[in-house]
Amino acid sequence: MNQQEALFRFALRMGDNALVLGHRISEWCGHAPALEEDIAQTNIALDLIGQARNYLTYAGEVEGKGRKEDDLAYLRDSREYINALITEQPKGDFAHTIVRSFLWDAFHRPLLNALANSSDERLKGIAEKAVKEVAYHLRHSSEWLIRFGDGTEESHRRAQTALDELWRFTGELFEADEAEQILAKEGVIPPLESLKAEWNATVDRVLAEATLKRPSEGWMASGGKKGVHTEHLSLMLAEMQTLQRSYPGVEW
Amino acid sequence: MPEKKQEALFQQAVDGEQKVEPRDWMPEGYRKNLIRQISQHAHSEVVGMLPEGNWITRAPSLHRKTILLAKVQDEAGHGLYLYSAAETLGIGRDELIDQLLSGKAKYSSIFNYPTLTWADIGAIGWLVDGAAIINQVMLTRTSYGPYSRAMVRICKEESFHNRQGYDILMTLSKGTPEQKAMAQDALDRWWWPSLMMFGPSDKDSPHSAQSMQWKIKRQGNDELRQVFIDRTVPQAEFIGLKVPDPKLKWNEQTQHYDWGEINWEEFNQVIKGNGPCNAERMAARRKAHDDGAWVREAALAHAEKKNKRNAA
Ligand SMILES: [Fe+2]
Ligand SMILES: [Fe+2]
Repeated sequence: MNQQEALFRFALRMGDNALVLGHRISEWCGHAPALEEDIAQTNIALDLIGQARNYLTYAGEVEGKGRKEDDLAYLRDSREYINALITEQPKGDFAHTIVRSFLWDAFHRPLLNALANSSDERLKGIAEKAVKEVAYHLRHSSEWLIRFGDGTEESHRRAQTALDELWRFTGELFEADEAEQILAKEGVIPPLESLKAEWNATVDRVLAEATLKRPSEGWMASGGKKGVHTEHLSLMLAEMQTLQRSYPGVEW
Repeated sequence: MPEKKQEALFQQAVDGEQKVEPRDWMPEGYRKNLIRQISQHAHSEVVGMLPEGNWITRAPSLHRKTILLAKVQDEAGHGLYLYSAAETLGIGRDELIDQLLSGKAKYSSIFNYPTLTWADIGAIGWLVDGAAIINQVMLTRTSYGPYSRAMVRICKEESFHNRQGYDILMTLSKGTPEQKAMAQDALDRWWWPSLMMFGPSDKDSPHSAQSMQWKIKRQGNDELRQVFIDRTVPQAEFIGLKVPDPKLKWNEQTQHYDWGEINWEEFNQVIKGNGPCNAERMAARRKAHDDGAWVREAALAHAEKKNKRNAA
């Protein structure tokens, strides 16, 4: 794998992560627990989809085969998607959605902070804009998690359950694949394991305030970054891609 | 001051185009009428998120997905402004939402029609938001200050909704024969329900005369409907779509379109709850409300605990 191929793969992954999670969060629009949250969750979905469009456009340019954002979003199967498994998990109850966001946001923010200093101008530009958005995402998910942990018995139980169930998807976030190793060596992206300390600190601080228990490390799921997903992703893509697949090659 | 005298002064102020503000004296009937109308309007914004929300996960490009999400989000914001405007009349959002969920309060019956294809998203933006704009532009001049001001904010966003809907149909009508057929089919299904959005003919409208006198409404249902038809028919022609009304014809003399008959029986049935999606829409709202109950309780409990801790 040369550096350009590695860069393609990384930009694609960043796009896939943002698109899949943004799509998942958008599933709340019209169905959230309160109107304020319809608005807030939709804001977050819009930020993520906006980021995805930037990354996918860039990935298409790096690849040099003329693929545009929509070609990459709508015309790849789940085996070609390389997002982290946590982003594709179903919305579940609102506790699952919040925990899914929180565990991701706590990783996403330090990653973008580092990318905002990337030697790659395009990645740097995308990250500089996104980092402000993601700081808000993390604040929002942290605040909800604290409300749940501290709120009622029921909310505490739901939050702890979601945390226990989603925890196994967090290990993968810090596993660098070949592309990420190449780019880290060149200083284009940070070594992923270097983000772990900040992630740990954020998780521990918020869980402590929420009086929730950090699950034991245990067995970690992995595979999303290689295109080996949970069953949820292909269903999500079937829905998302239906028009592009049914009417190939037309303008919308 | 005797009630009669107060009422006369109130009417005088309204006739003089003074806005009524929350602390002003107002007839009970005026307050009731406004609560009914504003809350119905708020509920319509919120229920209206559902038919379009139905296509968020299937929007055919990232660009369209972004626009649709932003649009449905705007409608949630409109719901919020309007609930706030209703609250200035002394009724809380929770009570209003209970009225919606119990079936006591109404919302615009247009949202009881299903969105069957992507073209329906275009038709809603173009026709439904288009009809809403005409009504809402009138309401920017309504006599109640908070309602009027909410409408000014809302109208700005509605014209963006209207344009994006039209743009969807324009793109489809320039596309393949299947896409064009999809656009025509959407217009066929949404045209008449959109005309019904203006409500019954003035002579059959129970609240119209009093609302006009109080300047809650400024124009009659029939007049607004005609404005909509005159504005929309040329837009349909421009993108090569045919309005499904065999009687539709430009009248040189009146400088308006003549047009056919609304099926008021259908209108009444949908209002009574027998529209294609009444049950689904209410079920979706109730589910969101019930599933969200523990979330709202948790937020409340946490806020109380925090207050106590801060006080201690
Ligand atoms: Fe609206
Ligand atoms: Fe609208």
